[in-house]
Amino acid sequence: MNITFIQPNDFRKQMEQLRREKGMDFLRDIVGMDWGEEGIGAIYMLENSETKENIQVATRTTNREVPVIPTVSDIWKIADIYEREVFDFFGIIFDGHPNLRRLYLRNDWVGYPLRKDYDESEQLNPIRMFSESLENDVTHTLLPDGTIKRNPDTLFEKNEYVINIGPQHPATHGVLRFRLSLEGEVIRKTDVHCGYIHRGVEKMSEKLTYPQILALTDRLDYLSAHQNRHALCMCIEKAMGVEVTERTQYIRTIMDELQRIDSHLLFISCAAMDLGALTTFIYGFRDREKILDIFEEVTGGRLIQNYNVIGGVQADITANFATKVKEFCKYLPSKIKEYNDVFTNNIITRKRMFDVGILSREDAISYGCTGGTGRASGWACDVRKRHPYALYDKVDFKEIIYTKGDSFERFLVRIDEIKESLHIIEQLIDNIPEGDYKVKTKPIIRLPEGSYHAAVEGSRGEFGVFIESRGEKSPYRIKFRPMGLPLVASIGTMLKGCKIADLMTIGATLDYVIPDIDR
Amino acid sequence: MYDFSIITTAIDQFLRSLMPAGLVTFLECVLIAVCVLVAYIMLAIVMIFMERKVCAAFQCRLGPMRVGFWGLLQVFSDVFKMIIKEIIDFKRTDNLLYNLAPFLVVLSSVLTFSCLPFANNLEVLDFNVGLFFIMATSSFGVLGIMLAGWSSNNKFSMIGAMRSGAQMVSYELSIGLSMLTLVALSGTLQLSEIVERQADLWFIFKGHIPAAIAFIIYLIAGNAETNRGPFDLPEAESELTAGYHTEYSGMGFGFFYVAEFMNLFIVSGIAATIFLGGWMPLHIPGLDAFNATMDYIPGIVWFLGKTFFVIWLLMWARWTFPRLRIDQVITLEWKYLMPIGLVNLLIMTLCVVMGWTF
Amino acid sequence: MRKKQYSYWSTFCFAIKSIFTGLKVTLTEFFTPKVTEQYPENRKTLKISERHRARLFMPHDENGNNKCIACGLCQTACPNGSINITTKTLTDEATGKSKKVLVSYEYDLGCCMFCQLCVNACPKNAIEFCNDFENAVYDRKKLVQKLNK
Repeated sequence: MNITFIQPNDFRKQMEQLRREKGMDFLRDIVGMDWGEEGIGAIYMLENSETKENIQVATRTTNREVPVIPTVSDIWKIADIYEREVFDFFGIIFDGHPNLRRLYLRNDWVGYPLRKDYDESEQLNPIRMFSESLENDVTHTLLPDGTIKRNPDTLFEKNEYVINIGPQHPATHGVLRFRLSLEGEVIRKTDVHCGYIHRGVEKMSEKLTYPQILALTDRLDYLSAHQNRHALCMCIEKAMGVEVTERTQYIRTIMDELQRIDSHLLFISCAAMDLGALTTFIYGFRDREKILDIFEEVTGGRLIQNYNVIGGVQADITANFATKVKEFCKYLPSKIKEYNDVFTNNIITRKRMFDVGILSREDAISYGCTGGTGRASGWACDVRKRHPYALYDKVDFKEIIYTKGDSFERFLVRIDEIKESLHIIEQLIDNIPEGDYKVKTKPIIRLPEGSYHAAVEGSRGEFGVFIESRGEKSPYRIKFRPMGLPLVASIGTMLKGCKIADLMTIGATLDYVIPDIDR
Repeated sequence: MYDFSIITTAIDQFLRSLMPAGLVTFLECVLIAVCVLVAYIMLAIVMIFMERKVCAAFQCRLGPMRVGFWGLLQVFSDVFKMIIKEIIDFKRTDNLLYNLAPFLVVLSSVLTFSCLPFANNLEVLDFNVGLFFIMATSSFGVLGIMLAGWSSNNKFSMIGAMRSGAQMVSYELSIGLSMLTLVALSGTLQLSEIVERQADLWFIFKGHIPAAIAFIIYLIAGNAETNRGPFDLPEAESELTAGYHTEYSGMGFGFFYVAEFMNLFIVSGIAATIFLGGWMPLHIPGLDAFNATMDYIPGIVWFLGKTFFVIWLLMWARWTFPRLRIDQVITLEWKYLMPIGLVNLLIMTLCVVMGWTF
Repeated sequence: MRKKQYSYWSTFCFAIKSIFTGLKVTLTEFFTPKVTEQYPENRKTLKISERHRARLFMPHDENGNNKCIACGLCQTACPNGSINITTKTLTDEATGKSKKVLVSYEYDLGCCMFCQLCVNACPKNAIEFCNDFENAVYDRKKLVQKLNK
C-alpha cells in the first residue's frame, strides 16, 4: 500500500485539492499512527465513489508534546468522529475541529494509550469506581500561542429537557448512549457517547501474534464474525504472499453469505422488536437458528466461529453441509414472504418507517455510511462489486440499490440482500472443487515490513483491516475500520425534527452493532 | 335459564332471620366486596396465564412449561415473587401521589368490574344508567397513570404519562360513540335490560352492518384504552423502558399490571355484554329446540366464554402488529375512528327509526 | 412493492388489507407445531455437533497415559494464558538422556475463549475440545481444571 506523506502546514490545501479536483469524496478511514522518531500523525484513506480510485495520504509531526494537524472535518463529515477517535488514542490536536472531545475513553483518562510511549502503569489509570462527571466532558481547541484550551461542554443548556437513551436501553442493542434534547416528543439535539464496551482490541493486538489476533476479530461485530476474520486473513495472506486454494475461496464465500443472511435475519427481527412487533422478532430468530445449526456443525461455534485461519479454514466442511445449506435455501424464501406479510407490508410498519430518517446520497458518502444504509441512499458501495475479493467476481449477483434513503428503504435493502445472498450460495454450493482446505504456513508468522490493507463487505458495511508491520511477529499497528461508527455519526442529521419513537426506527434500520463501534 | 336471585335472596333471608336489618346490609356489603375482589384476582391470574400461552402460541413457542404441569403454577409463583419484593421509596418523588396512583388505577378497574352482569341477576350494581356509570368509572383510571408518571420524578415516566393521557382521553370518545350506537339500538342504558333485549338475537346480528362496525371500532378503541399493543406507547418498552411505571417495584407495579389485565377483561366483558348478548345464550328466532338446548348451558359460562373469545381477539391483534407512533395514534382516532363512529351512529339511528333491524 | 402516494381512502383500504394479511399469518402460526426445545428434558435427543467446542480435554488411553510431551506450545499459543503447564525433568537411567515430563496441565475454563489455537499448536494431538457443555459451577475456582491424570 502506497502512502503519500504531506507536511502538516501544506496538508489542508492538498486535502481540499484531492476532494475538489480528484473527487475523493469517500473518506474510508483515518488511522492514527505513532511512527516513533519519525513523528506522530494519521493516515487518511480516500476513495473516489465514482471511479473507485484509491489514495492514501498521511501527515505527521515530530512535536510530541502538542502534536497539531489541521482538521478535515469540514471537508468530510465523518472526519469529525474519526478525528475524535485519533485524538482520544494519540492526543493529536486537530486544529479547527469544532468539538474535539474524547470518544471512547473516560474524560479523566490519563495519557493516550496507542502512543508507543504510553505509560501503562495502574497508578495512573486505576479502575475508577465512580461515574464520570459531565463537567469533565471538555472540548479542546488550539490557541494562537500554541497552547490547548479546555472548554467545558456546552452542547446542552441548563433548561433543556435532556434525556439519556442508554447505555442500558433496549433500543440501542447494546451499550450505546444518546443524549437527546426534547421538546415534547420532538428531538432537538443529539449527542452520541461511545466506548461503554471499548476493549482496546487494537492495543491488545500489538502484543499478540497474528494467529492470536484472529481470535479477537470474531468479537468485534459478532454478526459478521466470519467476514471480519476473512478480512484479517486476507490482509495477512496478502502480506505473506500466500495464495489460498480454490476450495477455501468457495467455503469462505459461502460462509460469508450465510453469515450475511444470519445478520440480516437478526436485523429484521430486531427492527421488528424495536417497532413493537414481538412476534416477528421471534419468527426471525426461529429461522436464524437454522443457520446457527449449520455453523455449529461446520465450525463448532454458533456465534463465535473461529473458522477462517491464515491460509485457509480451520476444518474441512462436513459431508452433509451442502445438503443442509440447500435445504435452508429452499426453506427461507417462504419465511421471507411471511415477514413481509406480517411486518413489512403492514400499514403500521410503513407509516412508522416511511420518510423517517432520510439520508441523502451526498450525506451517505460524506459520512462514509457503507453497507445497506449507503445502498438505500443510492450509493453503490458494495465492496464485493467495488473491489471484488474471494469469488465475488465470478458469481452473478445484483447490488441492491434504492434511491430515497429513508428507513423503509434501508429495511427493504436487507430483505432483498437476503435473496441475493441465497442466489450466490445456490450458485456455489454444488460446485465446491476438491482440494486442500488449508495451505501450510510457517508455525511463526512474520509479515514483511510495510503497510497492508484489505477490506471485505461485512454484514453492515465495509470492514477494513490496516496492518503496519515492522517485520515482527506481532503488528506495529493494526486498525479495524468499524462499520457502525459512520452510521452512529450520521444519526444526528437524520434525527432532526423526529420524534423519540423515530430514534428507535432509525437506530433499528441503521443496524449498528456496538462491539464493532467500540472495538 | 338459571336465575341467581334464588341463591342471593335465600342468603339474604337467612341473614335477616338472624340479625337486625342494618347489620345485614353491612354484612352483605362486606361479603360482596370480598367476592368481587376474589373474582377480580382469580380472573387476573387466569388472564395473565392466558396471555402468556396465547402469545407463545402465536410466536411458535410453548410459553411457561416448568412450574407445575404445563406451567400452570407459573403465575402463582410470579404473584408470590411480586408480593415479597421490596417496595422502594425514592427521595425526590411526590410520596403521597406516588403511593396513591396505583390504588387509583386499581380502584377504577374494580369499580367497573363490579358492574359487569356475569349471569342472570348476578351483578352488584344494576341501575338505569349502568353503561354511563361504567364509562365514568373506567375513565378515571387515566388519572392514576398521569399521577404515577408525574410523581415518579422520572423523565421517561413523564413522557409515558403524557402519551397515555393524550391517548386515553382521545379513545374514550370512540368507545363512547360505539357504545352510544348500541344504546340507540337497545334503547336503554341499564345493563340487565340490554342483555334481556338480546334474548331473541344478539345485538351484533340485530344491528347488522352498523353494529359490526361499532364492534370493530370498539375493539380498536378498547385496545387503546387498556394501553395494549399496538397502542402500548405509554409503556413502550423499546422506547421508554417501562413508561409510567418505571419507578414502581413490588406490588406497586403489580397493581398496574393487574389493572391493565383486568381492564382488558372489562373491555372485553362490556363488548360481550352489549354486542354479543352477555350471559344470554345463543338464540336464533324460529329454532325453538336449538334455543332450548342452548338454555341448558349456564349464563356464566356464556358470559365468560364470550368474554374470553373477545380477549383472544384482542391478544391476536396485540401479538401481530407493531406499535404506532404517538402522532399516528392521535391521527387514527381523530381522522379515522371518530368520523366513522359518528357516521355509524347516524346510520344506526336511521336503521332503528326506519325499523331496518332484525 | 411500495406505494408512492397515500390518499385518505387508499391508505384506508391498504390498511384494512394489510391488517388482515398480518392476522392471517399469525393465525396460521397459532396452529402450527411449536419449535421450542425443552432443555434439559430433551437431553437424550439433544443434538450437538461433533465439532462444538465446549471444554478442553485431554484424552487418556486405558492405561491412563496421555500423549502430552510437555513442550509448552499450547501454553504459548494461548492468547489469554488460560493454560498453565508444570513440568519436571526426568533422566532416563538406561540411556542417560534427560526428558521433560508433564506434572500438571492446568486449564482455566473461565478465561478460555475457545479459539482452538492450543489444539492447532499441539504437535501430538494430545488435547482436543469435547462436547461436554454443561460447565456451570458455583465457584469460579472450580473452573480451573487439571486435565492430566
